[in-house]
Amino acid sequence: MIKSNKKILFLSFLLLISLRPLQSAEMVDPIKVNWSFKGLTGTFDRASLQRGFQVYKEVCASCHSMQYLSYRNLGEPGGPEFSEQEVKAIAASFEIEDGPDSQGEMFTRPGKPSDKFKSPYPNTQAATAANGGAYPPDMSVLVKARKGGANYIYSVLVGYEDPPPGVTLDDGVYYNKYMAGNKIKMPNNLMDGLVEYADGTESTVDQMAKDVTTFLAWAAEPELEERHRTGVKVIIYLILLTTLVYLSMKKIWSRVDTEV
Amino acid sequence: MSEHEYVPKSKAGKWFNDRLPLLTLGAHLTDYPTPKNLNYWWTFGGILTFCLITQIVTGIVLAMHYVAHADLAFASVEHIMRDVNYGWLIRYIHSNGASMFFLAVYIHIFRSLFYGSYKSPREVIWIIGLMIYLLMMAAAFMGYVLPWGQMSFWGATVITNLFSAIPLVGDSITTWLWGAYSVDNPTLNRFFSLHYLIPFLILGLVVLHIWALHVPGNNNPVGIDIKKPSKDTVPFHPYITIKDAFALLVFMIVFAGFVFFTPNVLGHSDNYIPANPLVTPAHIVPEWYLLPFYAILRSVPDKLGGVILMFGAIFILFVLPWLDTSKVRSAVFRPIYRQFYWIFVLDVLMLGYVGAMPAEGIYLVLARVGTIYYFAHFIIVMPVVGLLEKTDPVPMSISEPVLTGGAEPSLARKVNDKV
Repeated sequence: MIKSNKKILFLSFLLLISLRPLQSAEMVDPIKVNWSFKGLTGTFDRASLQRGFQVYKEVCASCHSMQYLSYRNLGEPGGPEFSEQEVKAIAASFEIEDGPDSQGEMFTRPGKPSDKFKSPYPNTQAATAANGGAYPPDMSVLVKARKGGANYIYSVLVGYEDPPPGVTLDDGVYYNKYMAGNKIKMPNNLMDGLVEYADGTESTVDQMAKDVTTFLAWAAEPELEERHRTGVKVIIYLILLTTLVYLSMKKIWSRVDTEV
Repeated sequence: MSEHEYVPKSKAGKWFNDRLPLLTLGAHLTDYPTPKNLNYWWTFGGILTFCLITQIVTGIVLAMHYVAHADLAFASVEHIMRDVNYGWLIRYIHSNGASMFFLAVYIHIFRSLFYGSYKSPREVIWIIGLMIYLLMMAAAFMGYVLPWGQMSFWGATVITNLFSAIPLVGDSITTWLWGAYSVDNPTLNRFFSLHYLIPFLILGLVVLHIWALHVPGNNNPVGIDIKKPSKDTVPFHPYITIKDAFALLVFMIVFAGFVFFTPNVLGHSDNYIPANPLVTPAHIVPEWYLLPFYAILRSVPDKLGGVILMFGAIFILFVLPWLDTSKVRSAVFRPIYRQFYWIFVLDVLMLGYVGAMPAEGIYLVLARVGTIYYFAHFIIVMPVVGLLEKTDPVPMSISEPVLTGGAEPSLARKVNDKV
C-alpha cells in the first residue's frame, strides 16, 4: 500500500518537474562548454587562466572593475600561478593612490602584490556615466552572480548577432542572442587577433572568450581546486567511518531481537 | 522519572552529585529506555541537534569576520571567502547548513505527522517543536539578509512589507521594524543582532523539547504506549547513540556533497549582486524551504488575506493535536488517513514548486487549489477521517504482537520493515 503510494508520489513529482520548460520559452539556453573545472575533481587550466588574465587586463579592465581581487591572488596556488616576479611586475605596472602621507597629502606609487586590483573608475556613478547609463558590473563574482555561470558568460561573449528583421536598437545598444531581453549595452569587444598571447596561442574570438571566462570562473571561486580536493578526501573519510559505525551498530544490535 | 536511584561510584562524584545531580542527569540520558522498533525516520532528532550546533559554531566564527553595515557587508563576505583561512569552507557549511537544517526538520515534522507523535500525551513536545520551527524560519530569513545581496535586500523588503497589511498601524509597525523609512542600514544591524540571538533561544527550546520528550518517552512506529523499561525498550546508550551516529554520518555525506561540490546550487545567483535599492530583480523568491508559504501568500488576491493565510498555515499546526480525532496514533493502522497523508505531502511539494514560479496562469490556479487543500486537510480531513475511519488492529506490545482484533503475529515486525 505504502509502496504504491510512494510510486504515485514520485510520478506526480516528475510530472510537476516536467512542467518547468513551459515557462522559459523565450530565453535561449547558454552554450554548454566542457570546462576543465567542472566535475568532482575539476581543476583550472593554468595556461588558459594566464591568457584569460591577459584578455581581462587588455580588454575588459578598461570598463570592468574586479575590486575583491588582489594582485597577490594571481600567484596563489589554484589560480593562474604567475611566478612571484611576474606578480610583482604586474602589480608594479599600475599606479595606485595611497596616503595620506605625514604631510596629509595623497600620493601615487607603483602597485604592490598586496594591493587590490585597480578599478577603472573612482566610483559606480562615474562608471555608469562613462558607459551610457549602464554600469559595467564588477567582475569579481560575476560567474556566481549569473544564472548559467561560466556557460552564460561565454555565451554572451560569443552571442553578438545582427538584430533579426523587425528589431530596432537604440544607439549604444547591441543585439545578443543569450542576453536576457537580447539587448546589451556592452559592445562586441572581441575580434580575432585582438590580443597577442604570450604563449603563441591563436587569439580567436572563441579562444579569448573561453580564456577570459575561465579566468572569471577562477576569480569568482578561487578556492575551487582546494574545495574539490578536500571534498573528495572528506567524502572518502566519511564513507569509511560510516562503514565502521554501521558494522559496530550491527554488532551492538545483534544482542536485541530487532533488525536495524 | 528515574526508575532506580543512581549512585556515583567515586567519593568525589558522590560529593558533587549530592550538590548538583549532573551525574544523575547523565545516567538518566544514557539509560533512557527507548522503544526498540524505532526506524530511521526517528534519527532526525539527533541530526537536527547536530545541525543546530554546526550553525552556532560556524556562525560564531563568521561573526568574527563579518561586518554588519550596508556599505561593508557584501565586501566582508567576500573577505571571508577569499582571505580568511578556510573562510569559504565555514561560510559554505553555514549557508548550506541552513538548507540541511530545514531538510531535516521537514522530515522530522512529517515523521511526526505520519506516526501521530503530536497526539496525547505529546502535545507539548509538538508545540515546543513548532516554536523552534518558527524561530528557525526567522533566523534563516534574517541570515539570508546579512550578505546584503540583491535577494537579501528585496527578500527583506517583501517580507517586512507584509506587516504593512495590518490595518491602521501596519505602516508604523513596518517603519519601526526597519528602523528607517525603507530596508536600510539600521534594518541590517538589527537583523544581525537578532540572527545571533535566535539560535540560543532555539537551543533553550531544544532542551525543553527533549525534557518534554523524556516525560512520556518516545512514540514509535506502532504508535502504542509501552512499559518502560521492558522487553520493548533498549537503553539509549549504546543502542540509539550508535544508530543515530550511523544515520548522522549518512546525512553528513549528503551535506558534504553540497558543501564541496555544489555549494551555491541551493542559493540564488542574484545574491552575488550587491544590494541595490534602485534595481528590482525580475523574480523575488525566498529560499526553497519557505516556498510553500510564499505560494500560499501569493495565492490570495488580497494582501492582508494572504498574510493571514500564510501565518494561519503555520499556526493551524499548533492546534493539530485537537483537530485529529483518531484514537489510533500511527498511520500504519489508519488505511484511510494514510492515503490523505500522502496527498498532503504531495500538496506541500506542489505548493513549494509553484512558490518558485511566477504567480500567474496555471501556477496561480495550482497555488489556490493547493492552499485550499492545505487547510482542508487540517480542518476537514483530520477531524472527519478520525471519526469515521475503521482502523486496522493494533498490537498490544512491540515484542508480543498480540492483536486486539484479528491475527497476524508478525505484524509489528512487518511494520518495522515497511516504513
